[in-house]
Amino acid sequence: MIEFTDVVKSYSADTQALKGINMQIDDGEFVYLVGPSGSGKSTIIKLITGELKPTSGTVHVNGYSLEHIRRREIPYLRRTVGVVFQDFRLIESKSVYDNVAFAMRVIGAKTPEIRERVPYVLDLVGLENKGHRLPTELSGGEQQRLAIARALVNNPSTIIADEPTGNLDPERSFEIMSLLQEINNLGTTMLVVTHQLDLVHQFHKRVISIDDGLVVSDEIGLEALV
Amino acid sequence: MRSKNIGYLFSEGIRGIFRHGFMSVAAVVVTVACLLIVGSFSAVTYNLSMIVEDMSKDNKVLAYVDDTYSDAKARSVGTSINRIENVQDSRFVSREEALQNFAKDQFENPEDLGDIDADTFEHRYSITLVDNGLLAETLEELRSIPGIVDVNAANEVVDGLAAVQDVLQVVSILVVVVLLVVSLLIISNTVKLAMYDRREEIAIMKMVGATNGFIRLPFVVEGFLLGIIAAGMAFGLEWLIYDALVAKIASFDILKGAFTFVPFTDLVWYMVLVFGGAGLFVGVIGSWTSIRKFLDV
Repeated sequence: MIEFTDVVKSYSADTQALKGINMQIDDGEFVYLVGPSGSGKSTIIKLITGELKPTSGTVHVNGYSLEHIRRREIPYLRRTVGVVFQDFRLIESKSVYDNVAFAMRVIGAKTPEIRERVPYVLDLVGLENKGHRLPTELSGGEQQRLAIARALVNNPSTIIADEPTGNLDPERSFEIMSLLQEINNLGTTMLVVTHQLDLVHQFHKRVISIDDGLVVSDEIGLEALV
Repeated sequence: MRSKNIGYLFSEGIRGIFRHGFMSVAAVVVTVACLLIVGSFSAVTYNLSMIVEDMSKDNKVLAYVDDTYSDAKARSVGTSINRIENVQDSRFVSREEALQNFAKDQFENPEDLGDIDADTFEHRYSITLVDNGLLAETLEELRSIPGIVDVNAANEVVDGLAAVQDVLQVVSILVVVVLLVVSLLIISNTVKLAMYDRREEIAIMKMVGATNGFIRLPFVVEGFLLGIIAAGMAFGLEWLIYDALVAKIASFDILKGAFTFVPFTDLVWYMVLVFGGAGLFVGVIGSWTSIRKFLDV
């Protein structure tokens, strides 16, 4: 569960990114976070992943209290939150399989576990036959699928997708959103940050709209964006 | 940490060395050069301390007995001399023995001595001290013994060498510190380059929840291996250079017998300690300090 209560985040005396955010995302929910550039979406993601601490207010993520979290606890918080970026952030020198296996290896997973889990996840995202390829040999949509597989492989309870379709054409974008929907159906909480409202329109989900550091609406489906 | 992980971390560390082959070679070469100088200073200091120690052992104090004393009375003075705490042992040297020693030292053929009489010499004691550092105090105590008219200690050479040793020790420490810092910076830079090259990989590791220790270890292994490789090479080179230098010095007639150098085989453990310690210090600390800012993701 993700819970923000009266969260303020200031970067300097005259730069306030969040001005009192209140929101709660329950386990298993699918939520879109929308808003214009500079509205505070990225700051919210950084607060959830422990890159930033709130200036005031409380942030709870999957049992961790972010305002009091100790430095050495942050890696364990991050294991509960998978992140997918617009620019994929793949390791180009590693194969598709190794990109996913790497995410398991660096948190100390055993080799048999890796051998079992990686093919399963690649199958889930539709890359089962491309394990030996390099990321540069994949299309944009496939690279994003790979990034999703990597975010998913450690079985996080939450996935945050930051503009996951920003670099994709409409058809691939729809496929990626459908994939995220499928993953959500398996029980993973999904927070998708996007400014592509046409896509949001196609999936009847909860939409939290942010503007100027405040939640301006929090509703299901199209109504939020009208 | 599981053994599988340790294997993975080591293989990543080794891969890191080859990823920046040129920089790794440069780091090793500079570190070898620095360690060679450090090792040479250590070897010279070690040898000098051995020479000073040997010369101190051979350095005798002579205490001359009043020439009016009879042979028996002169011998009784030895009891008072042996009571002094810093006296390890004393040997009575009669006038006759002193004459013989003089003849041996001064003439190839003792017959050339001519008609010099033993009475020209005084009875004396040849005294070995426990601690040469307390020489001045001991000479005072000897002079205060009734029947001792003069004392003589030829300690100028030992004092000179000890002074050189003191200066060399200070210079050595300075040189060692400067060169270790240079090596530290070089290795630190190499590891920094490796980290910069892998910054995106590190960011991904942080993102998926790798601990700082897990991220840091391959780079520390890389620095450790660079340090150990440099230490091993410097050790081998030092051995070759040392043996060659000692052989060269021994070939000069003028220096024969003046100094005895410790064979390198006797220095092996001392040198292993110097090179291994310096290599490890430079490698591990150099990499450890360069990592911190990359972990702030």
